[in-house]
Amino acid sequence: MGCWRRSPFPGWRVRLPDGEHLLDIVQVPLPDYTPPALTVAPGKPSSTRSKAKYISQCIDEIKQELKQDNIAVKANAVCKLTYLQMLGYDISWAAFNIIEVMSASKFTFKRIGYLAASQCFHEGTDVIMLTTNQIRKDLSSPSQYDTGVALTGLSCFVTPDLARDLANDIMTLMSHTKPYIRKKAVLIMYKVFLKYPESLRPAFPRLKEKLEDPDPGVQSAAVNVICELARRNPKNYLSLAPLFFKLMTSSTNNWVLIKIIKLFGALTPLEPRLGKKLIEPLTNLIHSTSAMSLLYECVNTVIAVLISLSSGMPNHSASIQLCVQKLRILIEDSDQNLKYLGLLAMSKILRTHPKSVQAHKDLVLQCLDDKDESIRLRALDLLYGMVSKKNLMEIVKKLMTHVDKAEGTTYRDELLTKIIDICSQSNYQHITNFEWYISILVELTRLEGTRHGHLIAAQMLDVAIRVKAIRRFAVSQMSALLDSAHLVASSTQRSGICEVLYAAAWICGEFSEHLQEPQQALEAMLRPKVTTLPGHIQAVYVQNVVKLYAAILQQKEQAADAQVAQEVTQLLVERLPQFVQSADLEAQERASCILQLVKHVQKLQARDVPVAEEVSALFAGELNPVAPKAQKKVPVPEGLDLDAWINEPLSDSESEDEKPKAIFHDEEPRHAKQRPPEADEQELARRREARKQEQANNPFYIKSSPSPQKRYQDAPGVDHIPVVQIDLSVPLKVPGMPMSDQYVKLEEERRHRQRLEKDKRKRKKRERERRGARRHTSLHTESDEDITPAQRVDIVTEEMPENALPSDEDDKDPNDPYRALDIDLDKPLADSEKLPVQKHRDAETSKSPERQDVTVVEKKSKKPKRKEKKHKEKEREKKKKEAEKSADLDFWLSTTPPTATPAPEEPGVNAAVTAPKEEPRGEEQDAGEDAEQDLEKKPSEQKKKKHKKDKGERSKDKKKPKKRAPPREGEAEPVQNGALCEEPLPPMSSYSLLAENSYIKMTYDVQGSLQKDSRVTVSVVLENQSSSFLRNMELNVLDSLNARLARPDGSSVHDAVPVPFQLPPGISNEAQFVFTIQSIVTAQKLKGTLSFIAKNDEGSTHEKLDFKLHFTCTSYLVTTPCYSDAFAKLLESGDLSMSSVKVDGISMSFQNLLAKICFHHHFSVVERVDSCASMYSRSIQGHHVCLLVKKGEKSVSVDGKCSDSTLLSNVLEEMKETLAKC
Amino acid sequence: MIKVILIFNHHGKPWLSKFYQPYSEDTQQQTIRETFHLVSKRDENVCNFLEGGLLIGGSDNKLIYRHYATLYFVFWVDSSESELGILDLIQVFVETLDKCFENVCELDLIFHVDEAGLGSPAHAVSAVKNMNLPENPRNINIGDISIKVPNLPSFK
Repeated sequence: MGCWRRSPFPGWRVRLPDGEHLLDIVQVPLPDYTPPALTVAPGKPSSTRSKAKYISQCIDEIKQELKQDNIAVKANAVCKLTYLQMLGYDISWAAFNIIEVMSASKFTFKRIGYLAASQCFHEGTDVIMLTTNQIRKDLSSPSQYDTGVALTGLSCFVTPDLARDLANDIMTLMSHTKPYIRKKAVLIMYKVFLKYPESLRPAFPRLKEKLEDPDPGVQSAAVNVICELARRNPKNYLSLAPLFFKLMTSSTNNWVLIKIIKLFGALTPLEPRLGKKLIEPLTNLIHSTSAMSLLYECVNTVIAVLISLSSGMPNHSASIQLCVQKLRILIEDSDQNLKYLGLLAMSKILRTHPKSVQAHKDLVLQCLDDKDESIRLRALDLLYGMVSKKNLMEIVKKLMTHVDKAEGTTYRDELLTKIIDICSQSNYQHITNFEWYISILVELTRLEGTRHGHLIAAQMLDVAIRVKAIRRFAVSQMSALLDSAHLVASSTQRSGICEVLYAAAWICGEFSEHLQEPQQALEAMLRPKVTTLPGHIQAVYVQNVVKLYAAILQQKEQAADAQVAQEVTQLLVERLPQFVQSADLEAQERASCILQLVKHVQKLQARDVPVAEEVSALFAGELNPVAPKAQKKVPVPEGLDLDAWINEPLSDSESEDEKPKAIFHDEEPRHAKQRPPEADEQELARRREARKQEQANNPFYIKSSPSPQKRYQDAPGVDHIPVVQIDLSVPLKVPGMPMSDQYVKLEEERRHRQRLEKDKRKRKKRERERRGARRHTSLHTESDEDITPAQRVDIVTEEMPENALPSDEDDKDPNDPYRALDIDLDKPLADSEKLPVQKHRDAETSKSPERQDVTVVEKKSKKPKRKEKKHKEKEREKKKKEAEKSADLDFWLSTTPPTATPAPEEPGVNAAVTAPKEEPRGEEQDAGEDAEQDLEKKPSEQKKKKHKKDKGERSKDKKKPKKRAPPREGEAEPVQNGALCEEPLPPMSSYSLLAENSYIKMTYDVQGSLQKDSRVTVSVVLENQSSSFLRNMELNVLDSLNARLARPDGSSVHDAVPVPFQLPPGISNEAQFVFTIQSIVTAQKLKGTLSFIAKNDEGSTHEKLDFKLHFTCTSYLVTTPCYSDAFAKLLESGDLSMSSVKVDGISMSFQNLLAKICFHHHFSVVERVDSCASMYSRSIQGHHVCLLVKKGEKSVSVDGKCSDSTLLSNVLEEMKETLAKC
Repeated sequence: MIKVILIFNHHGKPWLSKFYQPYSEDTQQQTIRETFHLVSKRDENVCNFLEGGLLIGGSDNKLIYRHYATLYFVFWVDSSESELGILDLIQVFVETLDKCFENVCELDLIFHVDEAGLGSPAHAVSAVKNMNLPENPRNINIGDISIKVPNLPSFK
């Protein structure tokens, strides 16, 4: 553990509590310190004002420094700016200077530049496009630190443009030799994917390959990136499950394990079979690991698995028990962090297995009293699932005491919402006594300064509307609320609690027939103070005043109390004008409308006309709750085009008319949510009637779910409220504010009585039945079902259209940036999906025109051309792979570990064994694909590096022609394996004699290239051995079925191909010919003739030279570097056939031997250990050839593995010949 | 993913701020202030996680912090990170700083502004993840130390 080795200041004291925290307390108050780089002006800023002045001084100075040419000064200035940026000062004005510093050649400056850029550049920075080339240069810098700093910086400010332009460069870096770079490149790919989603598919195979990188850092980076991708779009990554599974069972890196386990948590909901497979190894990990973090994540994922397995697993209760048990240990831990996380995970179990969690209620309630708010909040979450009919009242009572005690509105608000959540969950399932609930809600209104007034209001409305039996009680409570002054007063303090008045007014109005004292309520609603309420509440007040008025009229007219009725009318006429002057348009409009109505009624009343009937007809009928998404879910009927014009639009001039509407539009949404639809009363009433009629006639109209409890409420109308069985022990009208506590007590008594009754009944029954033995035990185990609610609760379900679609698509956010990454990764790559490659030429390589040509061809055309060619063949192949792959996954998933013998270790082992066994099929192909991509890249990289070396060597080692023929298309540099040249090698030449006569000597070499599959290039060196001038040279070959000379367009198969040069005496030159090969598994010979005219002083003669071109199998191999991990994977796949040769009597050193094999047979050394080496090569048709070369005392044995056995045995035979010469 | 890394002192003065998504300077300062406000009033013996990430990103985010000496190390992370993992990461981060600068104290962060500055979030993770700290208390198996900071002295 780290400790202070020296104290920078005397007086600093460091505490190491629990041996865990590094540094804890520094006693000396630190000065307001400025970094030395910033010590610009003397003096320390003391006040804000002088600070601002000081900073502006600094900035002025920095600006001066930035103007200087000295890069060191500039870098220092930028460094200061970065610091200022952290303090909150805008430095975007210096963006260009930052780029200047970024392009400094010295690393220390470059780093400062990139740091500044990463801090302040973003997509809106316009100069950012200037950085593209600089970054590209840095990425390909020979110094890994330049590359690293560029990658790091780029990750912070990558834009879509940068991502597109640099994706290919970064992808190349993913195969860099340094793990430091690979790791960074892998990580930054995530940012690139986000900005340029098209890059995901081309880059994914390589990313996947990095999952098995030998370096743990790179591996963990790849895991991180894939986890992050998979978290957003898990279904696309299911096919990786076997690979991750393997990693999970093999990795010992806890960081990686945590990530993988978290990823599995995201994948299991999509594939329950995966979950089944995971349970065993995860359980093992839970038992074995000592790392809390890993344990916790395992538990979390097991929970996710259990959630995804609905109930298919017989023994998953054991797993749940294990999880809950472990979590309990966490929660009981003294470490608050573990406690917190334990609660967090517990809440996940709760959703599916509430029973197992409910057993730990004591623990949760205890946590409610914790001093740590985070923990209390988590405990609150848990409570949600712990309630039952039995304990709801008790728990809520406890919460209410917390509400009173709570300091800080955040926590109190949280408590409030939790209480409401708990009570209202699943259609008020746990509430047995709604009077109690209403009184709780009313008590909650006393909370000062809560933001959640509207929540309480919504609950009140909901309960009053949906629980018909409670209306009478609700109305009495609401009228009391209307009367209470504090709510109205609070409106001036901009508190949200006055929202409950909205509900109170509406309930009193709508259910006015239940009001004992309607007049009192009416007066309360007409008080002058009401005008201080928010507009939308006033509007509701106005509307409901009329409802109350209608009720009173009716009541009074029935009692023939015209006097009072007229007084009430008069009251309205007097008080309504205050609303007419309301600032809220809605309130104003309604008020003036209603005022006119009331005045009219007044006139009628004066004439003694009975009006009550007509006025109350305005509000006849009943409002039913409608589900919030009901309208959306009605499918559009067939043949209805909602976009089609019903009437053609008239003209443009109409658009002006729409403007005024917009004014109201802004106001509308706010009301729309809370207010029940009350457009125009008469119209509404009419519609209501119509609707009722229609519903009555519609046999499909379902008013509520046909649960037996609710069946009796079919008859519509207010008059048909079901007979309520109200417990008489509960006083119906609680004077003043009811205390919910009363209910708790009453409820207990009630339940007790109920139990007694039930027991009595049961006993009687039993006696009657006289079969007592079997069912009698449930006497004191009161279960939830036994508790009957106090009221016959009639919860009206929300209305949904009968053909509603059960979709929840409207929950998706269309702006989610991760949506773009929802890409199917298993589909084969299409031609169009290539990363853009840098198009312009590299100035450095253009020394000679021919060289440049070669490099450009290599660089640009290699991949695309090859792809195009291969694509068609491959497509079919890939489709097959596709099917196989998914079949593989299915198979992998279906091999569940044996469940019968649950020996603790076995399943894990078993799983680990089965996994690799199944994988190779899919994996090997991937490996093949990946290697392919790799190989396409690497040669060019390597070649570039080797060019210099090769040039030097070639002149020494080889009898190389002095002048070279202009390259023909598809020319490939003969590649030597330079990596081995540590000690001097004997001169080697791959050129062998083709034919010779007195005029001319022909030597040749055959080279395959990966760019052109099934093509080889034959380089023929023609040496003039005579004193004649040789010209009109033509080469012709008798094509075989298997090999054909590529002739110029338009020539027939028998035409000769001209050699594009003439040979003066003593001169040699090289010509190249391309041959197309069908099958490469066997060697073959082609007969051919070179014809030429030899001209000397005596005249010219027509000469011919016959030759036999020998295409060895070796010549179809192309030197291809291979990393040991890829090599190992290849061999692991097991699809290669094997063969071996042994050659005795070899004296050559192993080093030279390998060099020889490399040189003559186009292999590269993968790994060498002492006198044993693994080698790799690849045929032009993509066969992998792997060798294991071992040197004994005087013998060499070569074991080979290849995807084609014939090819292998031929290559080995050829190799034997070579070795025999050693 | 790690969204934000902040280091500030007892007075809320930031010594290192790294936002992995672009925010305006004002938002950054606001975030630092509010984070400081949230963190500084917490007792020593309460848990190191805070929710209610209205500041950055939304409800998916969590604040995970550790308090060393005069410094608060605060990470805003989303739900893809393991909480305990991040705590360990902070620990390793501090230990790394300690190793690089010998006895990390507030002043080091001030002196070496450019060196302590972190790159990409994931990078930061892996940089620290790959440091070999055999004596790590929680016995985390981590790769080799050849990353980032240890190499820097040679460039001075």
